[in-house]
Amino acid sequence: MNDTKQPNSRRRFLVRFTVGTGVLVGALAGGINPMRRALFDNMEALIGDYANEDSILTWFEVTADNRIILHSPKVEMGQGAFTGLGQLVAEELEVEMDQIEVVHAVTLGRPIDPRSTGGSDTISGMWLTLRELAAKLREMMKANAATILGAPVASLSVKNGIISANGKSLTYGEIVQQATSWTEPEEVKLKEKKDFKVIGKAVPRIDLMPKILGDPIFGIDVSLPDMVYGLVLRPPTVDTVYVSSDISKAKSMPGVVKVVQEPDFVAVVAKSRPEAQMAARAIKVNWKVNKVWEQDEILAMTKVGAGKEYLIQKEGKAVEGEDLVEAEYSTAAGAHAQMEPNGSVVHIDGDQVIVYISTQVPGVTQKEVAETLGLEIEQVEVRPTYLGGGFGRRLHTPNAMQAARIAKAVGKPVHVYYSRQDEFQSAEFRPPTHHTLKGKIGADGLIESIEHNTSSADAAFGSPILPKIMETILGSDLGAWGGGRINYMKIPNIRVSAWRLQLPFSTTMWRAPGLMANTFVLESFMDELAHKAGKDPVEFRLAHLHDEGKELRLKNVIKAAAEKAGWGKSLPKGHALGLATCAEIGATIAEIAEVSIENGEIKVYKVTCALDVGLAINPDGIRAQVEGAIIQGFSACMYERMELEGGKIVPTIFGPYKIATLKEAPREIEVVILESGDRPAGVGEPPVGPIGAAIGNAVFAATGIRLRNLPLSDDFAANQG
Amino acid sequence: MRINFILNGQTQSVDVDGATPLLWVIRDVLDQKGTKFGCGKAACGACTIHVDGNAVRSCSFAAKYAQGKTVKTIEGLSDGENLHPVQQAWKEEIVPQCGYCQPGFMMATAAMLEKIPNPTDEDIDNNISNICRCGTYYRMRKAIHRAAEIKQTNS
Repeated sequence: MNDTKQPNSRRRFLVRFTVGTGVLVGALAGGINPMRRALFDNMEALIGDYANEDSILTWFEVTADNRIILHSPKVEMGQGAFTGLGQLVAEELEVEMDQIEVVHAVTLGRPIDPRSTGGSDTISGMWLTLRELAAKLREMMKANAATILGAPVASLSVKNGIISANGKSLTYGEIVQQATSWTEPEEVKLKEKKDFKVIGKAVPRIDLMPKILGDPIFGIDVSLPDMVYGLVLRPPTVDTVYVSSDISKAKSMPGVVKVVQEPDFVAVVAKSRPEAQMAARAIKVNWKVNKVWEQDEILAMTKVGAGKEYLIQKEGKAVEGEDLVEAEYSTAAGAHAQMEPNGSVVHIDGDQVIVYISTQVPGVTQKEVAETLGLEIEQVEVRPTYLGGGFGRRLHTPNAMQAARIAKAVGKPVHVYYSRQDEFQSAEFRPPTHHTLKGKIGADGLIESIEHNTSSADAAFGSPILPKIMETILGSDLGAWGGGRINYMKIPNIRVSAWRLQLPFSTTMWRAPGLMANTFVLESFMDELAHKAGKDPVEFRLAHLHDEGKELRLKNVIKAAAEKAGWGKSLPKGHALGLATCAEIGATIAEIAEVSIENGEIKVYKVTCALDVGLAINPDGIRAQVEGAIIQGFSACMYERMELEGGKIVPTIFGPYKIATLKEAPREIEVVILESGDRPAGVGEPPVGPIGAAIGNAVFAATGIRLRNLPLSDDFAANQG
Repeated sequence: MRINFILNGQTQSVDVDGATPLLWVIRDVLDQKGTKFGCGKAACGACTIHVDGNAVRSCSFAAKYAQGKTVKTIEGLSDGENLHPVQQAWKEEIVPQCGYCQPGFMMATAAMLEKIPNPTDEDIDNNISNICRCGTYYRMRKAIHRAAEIKQTNS
């Protein structure tokens, strides 16, 4: 087992890629692209363990009544992280789940996540690290118990957090009261899979009751004595900067405490939020619009060929010959639209700053606020709250920097939140994408060659969680082309190019960066090729997969989903099935949608999903994530579209920005969990991938209409004429 | 203006601009944070509460209209001892993910069940139009049917 005293993760991250860089330099004679492709070929091996460098004692508290409190550096945004992490701890500490409490680690005196909560790597990244920490704590407890009880360590037994020997026993809580020193063991032995009692059990969410009672657990719920409400005026159009403002009317309006004019923004602070809103309307801002952007310009910039090309996958020869299948696909930009808007509460108390915030990056928020205020990092304590949704929208928290400046200017604790309109119009979006594809079916009825060009604005690049050097090393933005490479490796000739570009507004990571768009495209095109070859889409896919590794695991989920969904069996009149797959973050997924056309619109009745998760920690948590990802993906693929109109982002309100409700969402979702491994894969994001193509392929099966553009409802309407 | 109403069984008297959305009076003046802000335009339902038993989107309901009314929020949904059938069903089906929209959904469902004790799937589709971004609708639908069952068993 590894020592937990690892170098900090940034160093480790760089060390990992320094190896890559070294080889890169050596490989330059052969070209940088082959090296990058080799890196992408082995991407999954690069997803590593959580690199802890914080003391074990910062992670845990043990109460006198024998409860264990885990201070989690990973945040809870609905994905069930706290429950899964609690299970890992309970297992190694030999306690029951009801003895476990999980809280967000504050950034002073508690462990800080060197990366982010995202990328579906909370459970997989903590799998070894947290079990090792808990096992070490158990051994530290035993060492102290041995001293107190006067019994050799080897004679001790542990159950429910009680250590016993010779008829005497001590709870962890009692040991903590009596112990005077703690020595962290160098190595511990982790429990074997066959001995697991808590891992693998479906347990209810650890945060269930607060969420059913409506407890004030979110960032927006924070309320402090003497707190005031700030509102930042945000540019109404993209590519627009603040110049100056006329605040003469606003500053004397009811409830206004102060209007804060900074070089780059203006904010109004009032005793209540409605008063701040009223006063904000009275401020006249002089905006400088660099350029009035229109949607057709955005689409032209996003076209394949417009950006810079990076060849990200290459096998054999290019597509050539006659009778090719060629197609063009696109996906619209979309919003995260998490239900709790962004914002924070900042309290400056003397030379200490406390930031209460729903953030996916507590460490980044801390650093950025400290830099903004010119303070040492230790002077800023971020207290993460439960997140009212994340989906990548809280991987960057510039709002906290603004709130800190406002708090400093006004000298009181300040609560600064986005309106929903701000959230839509000043947010960061899932970029629109454009794709061209070519394929050829060989004499054997299988794919002889395939080519995919995927073009997208940056998603991961520019993020504070990705070191700048990675852009140089990787070239193309793997957050933009995620899911764009071909998984069917029996195809002898493959070309995938990623086209990189920037747009005049922020584009960023959205649950499973790149995956939803690229999987929609590749798996729809796979269906086109299957029909060209005259083959059944299930059999056609199986025929292009090897019987080993990831491809075998893909085969298994395709077969499991097909069986569960009744592929090939009779369906109600007018109904049809469509299949799509993806493989991401160690998981393999197959989804089958059952659709029909009702009143001229696509109706999705049921989605069947089979996924191989490696090893399941909380099967019910996995089901919840799969159901949620399918419904969110359904909504995004069917309805959602952000556009520019005269420089403005539209729409800026729910309704016109249509999100699926109970009425539209599939009523039935069936989940089949396969476990082929001995460590957990990521499951929060991957099931978002296949849903768009599964629906599109089912629509083709039902109607013969091939949908090649997201959102599907618009594309279907356009095809109807 | 002075506005008097009953909130979760307690008489409240607040002095606010009558046009202030009731949401902010409840959250920031009376410090009950269970009712959520989602959009401010009655488009998402996160702020759903009961006013005299009717489901109301409190972000767009002026405080002056609460005068003399009985208002209930998620904090007052249970009787203090036992969970409301809707909360009980939500618990059994493990509905919440991030949890932010759930109080609005539970309030909307509780109001619907008073009018439609045994809703069909179509009734649910037509009456519960709130937004959940985590996509908990599959479990929510099961929980709504289960809540109807618990409520009928209890009564």
